[in-house]
This record gives sequence, C-alpha cells and structure tokens, in this order.
Amino acid sequence: MQKNITLAHGNGGQENNELIEKIFYKYFKNDILEKSEDSALLNIESSQITFSTDSFTVSPLFFPGGDIGKLSICGTCNDLAMMGAKPKYLTCSFMIEEGMSLRELEKIVRSMKKELEINEAKIVSGDTKVVPKGSVDKLFINTSGIGEVLYSGISAHNLVEDMAIVVSRDIGAHGAVIFASREGISLDSNLTTDSASLYPQVKALFDANLEIKALRDATRGGVAAVLNEWAKASNICIEIEEEAVPVRHEVKGICELLGFEALNLANEGTFVLALPKEQAEQALEVLKKSNPNAQIIGKVTNQYPQKVILNSSWGTKRFLDMPSGELLPRIC
Amino acid sequence: MELELKNLYDDFRDGKTIKAYAKIIEQDADKLDRTINIMEVCGGHTHTIMKFGLPQLLPENIKFIHGPGCPVCIMPKERIDHAYILALQPDTILVTLGDMIKVPGSKGSLQQARAKGADVRFVYSPMEVLKIAKENPDKKIIFFAIGFETTTPMTAVVIEQTIILGLKNLYFHINHVTVPEVMRELIDSRDIHIDSYNNQIDAFLGPSHVSVISGAKIYKEFPATYNRPVVVAGFEPVDVMEAISMLVKQFVENRCELEVQYKRVVTMEGNLNAQNVIDKYFEKRELFKWRGLGNVPDSALKLKAEYSFLDAELIYRDILPIEEVEDHKLCICGDILRGMAKPPECTIFGTACKPNTPIGSCMVSSEGACAAYYKYGNLL
Repeated sequence: MQKNITLAHGNGGQENNELIEKIFYKYFKNDILEKSEDSALLNIESSQITFSTDSFTVSPLFFPGGDIGKLSICGTCNDLAMMGAKPKYLTCSFMIEEGMSLRELEKIVRSMKKELEINEAKIVSGDTKVVPKGSVDKLFINTSGIGEVLYSGISAHNLVEDMAIVVSRDIGAHGAVIFASREGISLDSNLTTDSASLYPQVKALFDANLEIKALRDATRGGVAAVLNEWAKASNICIEIEEEAVPVRHEVKGICELLGFEALNLANEGTFVLALPKEQAEQALEVLKKSNPNAQIIGKVTNQYPQKVILNSSWGTKRFLDMPSGELLPRIC
Repeated sequence: MELELKNLYDDFRDGKTIKAYAKIIEQDADKLDRTINIMEVCGGHTHTIMKFGLPQLLPENIKFIHGPGCPVCIMPKERIDHAYILALQPDTILVTLGDMIKVPGSKGSLQQARAKGADVRFVYSPMEVLKIAKENPDKKIIFFAIGFETTTPMTAVVIEQTIILGLKNLYFHINHVTVPEVMRELIDSRDIHIDSYNNQIDAFLGPSHVSVISGAKIYKEFPATYNRPVVVAGFEPVDVMEAISMLVKQFVENRCELEVQYKRVVTMEGNLNAQNVIDKYFEKRELFKWRGLGNVPDSALKLKAEYSFLDAELIYRDILPIEEVEDHKLCICGDILRGMAKPPECTIFGTACKPNTPIGSCMVSSEGACAAYYKYGNLL
C-alpha cells in the first residue's frame, strides 16, 4: 500500500477497497458494518431514540491528549449522552485531502476505535471521499449517531429558581491546548485536552437516581454559552460565583497571555448540569470519582431574567455574555 | 520561593485586599467636598475596571473617564481603508495584530477583505512577520503596524532584521501612536474643530506598559504644567485600586505629583535600548487623525526618510486615498473619550452599534469603553 492518500483512494475501485479493508474495517469491524449493504439495518429496543450529527475540523489534527478521531467519536456520543441516551450506532464520513499520510489516518482511526469501545457503540455505515489538495485542510470527519434514551425529560427549558449549577471538571483545557499548539505561538505547557467520552459519567449520575433537569457539554462557546442558552430558554437568571469556577493554572495563564476568558473556551469532555440544590452534593460525589475538580459553581435565581451574572469575591457583579465572533488575541 | 505562574495574578486579585483598598478610598474620598474624575488612559485599564466591576466599589464622588488608549479603537477609517486596499493587491499578504482585522473602514474590514480572497493574517508577535516573508519569497508582505509605545520597539526590531537579512519583499505601513501627546490634546485642545476646554479630567491613571518602554518620566508635564496628578498603574484589580487610593490621597493632601504604583516593572527612565531602536527608525508625524478625536499634532510616528524603501505608504501612494472620511454622525465616541458622556448615553449603543457590527471607535476592540460596557454590563 502507498504511504499517502491519492485521488485514486476515493475512486470506488481497487485502491478505495484497499483503504476500506486495511484501515476502516480493520478497526471498526462489527456484524452490521460487515454486511456492507447500502444502508445499515438496526434493531432498536427503546421506544425513544436520540439522533445527532456533528462535523469535525481541527487544526492541528493531533494535539496534546487527543486528535480529530477522538473528537469525532466523543463529540457525537457526548451529544447523545447529554440527552440521557446510551450511544449505540454511528455513521462516519471522511473527507480526506489528497496527499495525507496513511499512517496518520490509521492513527486517527485507531483512536476512534478506542473511544467507540468506551461508549460501547458501533460504526454501522461509512463513506470516504478524497478531494484535490487545498479543498480541505488535511481531513474533515462527520459522524452521526443514534442513542437509546435511558433517562428522559432533560431540557434547557427546565431550570427554575434555587437549582444548583455544577460543572464536571476544570474548564477550558481543550480551547487552551488548541491555542497553545497553533502555529505561530510557541507555548510550552503540560496541558492536555479534556477530550473524553462522557457517557460513563452521565450513566453514573442516572444510576444514583438524581433528578437531572438540564445537562449539556460545554463545547464551542464554552461554559458561558451553555449558561446563556439555559438562562434564555428557561427565562431565569444564573448566578455564578467566580471563585468557585475550577480553572487550571495553565489554562488561566494562557487566558491571561492572550486576553481570553476560560468560561468562553471550548471543552470536549466537560459538561454542566442543573439539578435541585438538595441533590448537588450527592451529584458532586458521583462526579468526583471521575474528576476531583468537579464543582458547584452557582445557582438559579430571578435577579436578572435571561442573564448570567458573575459574582466576585470582593462583592462586585457583572454580566457574563454569550461569546461572539472569532476569538482574537488582544494587542497589548 | 519559586515563582509560579499563579503568583503573577492570584494575589493581585485577592478579594480581601481589594475590599481593604475600597475602604481606604471611601474614607479619604469622604474628606473631599468635590468629585474627582479619573481618566484611565489605557484600554487595558478600562478592561480591568469593567471586568472586575471596580466602579461598584467606589464612592459616589470618585468617577472614571475612559480614555483613548486602545490602538485598534483609535485607528481612523482612512488608515483602515489603506490596509483594505493593500490587502487586495495581487500576490500580497497583509499582516497585522489581533482584533485589528475586525475594524470596519469605509470599504469594509480586513475580515471582509479576507472573505473576498485577500490573504490577511494576524500574528501574536511581530517577529512572525519575518518568517512569513521568508516562507513566501514570491509574495509581497505588508506589515500593518499598530500600537502605542508598547509595541513600537518590536516593529523597529522587525525593520532592523529586514535590513540585516536583506529581505526584499517586506514593507511596513506604520500606524504607531504615542500617549503623552493625546493626553495633552484631551486637556488642552489645539484643534479648532474640537472644544475640549470643558473636559472633566481631574487626574490620570497612567498607562504602564507604555512606561515600561518610555519610562514614567513621559508624564512629568501633567502634574507640572497641567495641574493633573498621574499615577502609573498596573493592570490587576489590586493595582488599579491601589493607584486610585494614591490619587485620592494626593487630593486629600493637596499634592499634585507623578507617582508609580506599578513599581515591579516601571522605572522613571524606561527601557533605553527600546527607546534607541525606536529613535533609529522612526520620527514624529506632524499630524495623525484619531478616530473619535480628530487630528492630534505629533501624536504618531512614521519611518525616517532614509528607510522610505520599506515604507508601504510611500511605495503604494498612487493607490492609497488621502481624502478625509467622516466618523458616523450619531456616534459620540469623541465625547466619551473626553469624559463628557458615558457609553449608554449614545443613541446607537447596543442597538446599531455592537461588538460584532461596531460603528464607533469605542466599540471595535474588546478594550474600548463601549465594548467593555456592552460586554460586562453596567450593573450599578
């Protein structure tokens, strides 16, 4: 087999089959995929399913703690899990730029397999396109997935006064890693992305019989975006105690340097949940088994409906706005 | 003790210390029978003040006026039009810093030029421009240089390296501005179009990263000639609160002096090497237009004539317009910058003029006064 992807790998013929056999089937193999029909035939037991899709474009493809493959499985599986579902079946499409190294592609597919195992989910259908150089940035991946609902009733519209807001770990690691490893900024740090499959943690919460009212993974737009979406959807105010928000020093440092706010940075394995305040400590106990930095960061009030407020330890408050536009570093 | 990253900010954001300064300021301000309007000249200070909610901690008679110290905000449309036109030249890469690419000129922003196919890049450090020039020998690279004294030495070093390395494809469009001249303008306007004799400024928080380069000495004239005390302050909330307490104390004790709060990095003389390299390549520009303020004498730099072979403004003079472009009629940024109005008093604040569709200078960068008000809200 050649060392790099050529346009021939997307031709539907021999090279294409070789790519599918030697890379995709090798790692994604399962009874449904192997039937190789025009579409996958699925047996669903649950009466309610969730269905989600996401496309992944990230530069660089490999970064400390993860790669685009890991993101592409975690991303879709996490979206399913956030609606109370067990991720079951996924499809994936690869859009590959001519010239991409096959070894890199295999490495990416291998990390997809690892994440599929954590979620106990299967790739049941796939597609590959190879496009001329310059048409995509090395590799774009789309995954779609179906999950079976284990816990129903989760919604951004459910928040009412006196609920507690909890984060599952320290925030902003993924966004900070991506900025630090971008070309043109040489920053050394021990920081790794938070990219992770969240289904195991979410299942532990459901198993503990907690009344989870809202649940969302804080991807693009960060925790600030989730909180603002909830405040608007439920017409309530969310008050956050700034000091309680867990942020690692490395992330804080990168934010200070570039003029960002950790609450706006993307995460790939961090979620926010809202539940009755009496159950907050118990939820924290469950979450801390996965990450000791899980924290209660605030509560739902009626002070400024549809707004998110940050309270400082010196008694001042300010709005935490929805992040907007391209994140650009400040000048001086 | 080993210095950790967190030492650089943690203690400077300590709630107890901030509250203690608030108490001192309140007690001192109580002894005054007047209001003190303090202008924080620098956008970095505006950002700190709004982000950490400091006005909520101050007594009624201590107020902030948000100054013009944001290099992106003050860039007039004429200069952005230059950048836009240069970016759209064939085989050209236009390089600039951070959020400059968002600012609209009369033709559009650099972001829009990029969408039209122009190669516009932003860099974190001006030194990266050299790398871009080396990697693209068949392209013309134009560095649209912006910033106050803080960023000027870096541009000077890039120019020096361009000459040493013999790079033939790198040019400079210089928009560096200087702080003392615009402070002078704000209290002592010489432009017939602008009446700043009613300015409300009683004292200044001095921009300090500017002083890391130029020294605190550049503010000596303000207490001496203009009777306005200056405290050069750091950028963390504890720094700003301490600096305000120092200013209020001066009023209580009837002093009018230049003081430095940010002693951990600012000296009276500044960085002499940086000053030398600036002087080597740059000279004063007679007049520079500041968005929202108009023409300010001697407030900017240009390349010296002997380096005109690097000067994009001269090389491309045939295609760069020189006509004046008016600021938007409804925009009151000029008044905000002179302390005569606050952002929410503007009729288009938060409606037609928002961070993603800025009309006036104070909304364009996250460090502008309007953007800070919009983002953090004015809760008290």
